[in-house]
Amino acid sequence: MDNKRRKFLKMAGATVLAGISAPALVKLSSTSAVASGEGGHEAPAASPGNAGGHGEEQPSGVRLGMVIDMRNFYQDQGLLDKAIAACVKAHNVPQIPDPKSEIKWIWKTGFGNLFPEHSQKLRSEKIKNSQFPALCNHCDNPSCVKACPTKATFVVEKNGIVAMDFHRCIGCRFCMAACPYGARSFNWQDPRPFIKEYNADFPTRMRGVVEKCNFCGERLALGLEPACVEACKGTGAIVFGDLNDSHSEIRKVLDQEFTIQRKPSAGTMPSVFYIV
Amino acid sequence: MYNKGLIVSGLVIFVLLVTFPIWFNGLDAGPLPKPELPPGGEKECVAPAAEMRDSHMQLLNEWRDDVLRNSDRVTITVGGKEYQKGLQIACMQCHSNKEKFCDTCHEYAAVSPTCWDCHITPTELVKKEAQ
Repeated sequence: MDNKRRKFLKMAGATVLAGISAPALVKLSSTSAVASGEGGHEAPAASPGNAGGHGEEQPSGVRLGMVIDMRNFYQDQGLLDKAIAACVKAHNVPQIPDPKSEIKWIWKTGFGNLFPEHSQKLRSEKIKNSQFPALCNHCDNPSCVKACPTKATFVVEKNGIVAMDFHRCIGCRFCMAACPYGARSFNWQDPRPFIKEYNADFPTRMRGVVEKCNFCGERLALGLEPACVEACKGTGAIVFGDLNDSHSEIRKVLDQEFTIQRKPSAGTMPSVFYIV
Repeated sequence: MYNKGLIVSGLVIFVLLVTFPIWFNGLDAGPLPKPELPPGGEKECVAPAAEMRDSHMQLLNEWRDDVLRNSDRVTITVGGKEYQKGLQIACMQCHSNKEKFCDTCHEYAAVSPTCWDCHITPTELVKKEAQ
C-alpha cells in the first residue's frame, strides 16, 4: 500500500515536470532551428503585397477613387443637393427625418466634422458656411472590412471598391464602430415607407442591415458613371477614376492641385480626395 | 415485455397523431399549384422549366455571388433578349407577377424565402407610385 502510494507520487511528479518543461523545450529547439540569425519569434512576416497594417499602399490593379473639388460646391450649393438626390434615387435610399436613424450614402456636413484633424481656427466665412459632401472613402486599408464577421463587406479585387453584400449582413454594426468616417448607416426600421420613389433596377434594404455608398458598382458595370458624378457632369466638381493609372483624369487633377484626405492618421488610406 | 398493452396502444396513438395531416386530408395533397406563365408570352427561360423548378434557388444564389462577390456581371441572352443577372432585373422582367407565380408554389410548399424583403416586386412598385 505504502509502496504503491510512493510510486504514484513519483510518477505524478515526473509527469508534472515533463508537462511544464515540454513547451519550453519545443520552443527552444524550434527557435534555434528556424530563426537562426533572423532574431524574431515570428518567422513569416506579412508579405509586402498585402500589408495589413499601416504599410505601403498597393500600386497594383485598378483602385477607383474620387476628387471632390469644393470650389464648384462653394459657388453652387444646389449642386450638392442634386448629387445627393441622384444617389438617393439610384439606390432607393430612405429619407428618414430622425437623425438618429437616418440613412446616409452621400450627405452634407460642415468642414469641422469632415476634417476634425484640421485646425478650425480663423477659417474663412466661405468654408464655415459651406456644406461639404461626405461619403464612403472606399479605403485601401478599410477597417470596416476587418471588423465584419461575415465578410458581408469586402474589397472588390477588380476595382478596389469597398462593397457590401446585403444578403450576408447580420446587422452586428461592428463595421459602423470601425469606420472612422461615419459612412455607414443602420436600418433600425423597415426603410420602405421612407422611400419616396423606387428605382426598379435596384433593391431596397430591410430592417437590421447596414448600408453605405457602393461607388455605384452596379452602374459602373453598365458603363455609366456614379450617380453623383453624373449629376455634377460638366462642372468638374467630382472627378472619378483609377488612382493607380498615371494617365487617368483623376491623377492629372491630383498632380496639379493640392488635395487633402479625411483623417489620414486613421491609417485607412481613403480613396476620396478633397480640393478645399 | 412489461406493460405490453400500454406501450402498443401508446405507439398507435403516437403514429396516428404524427400522421394526422396525411389522413385528415384523405391521403390527398390538395390541388397542385399552377403558377402563371409570363404574362408577356415569353416561352424561353434561362434553363428548361424542369431544371428551373428544381434548382432556381441555387441559380439565384450563384448569380448573387457572381455579381456581388466575383464582379462577374456577364449578361445572359434568352430568346434574343439580353438580361443582367438578377432577380429583379432578369427573372421578374418576364415573371412580373410574384403573387401569381412565385407565391403559388412557395405557399404550397410552406417556404418563405426572404428575397422580397429587399427586392422590389412589380406590385410594390405600383403601390408606391399610387402613393
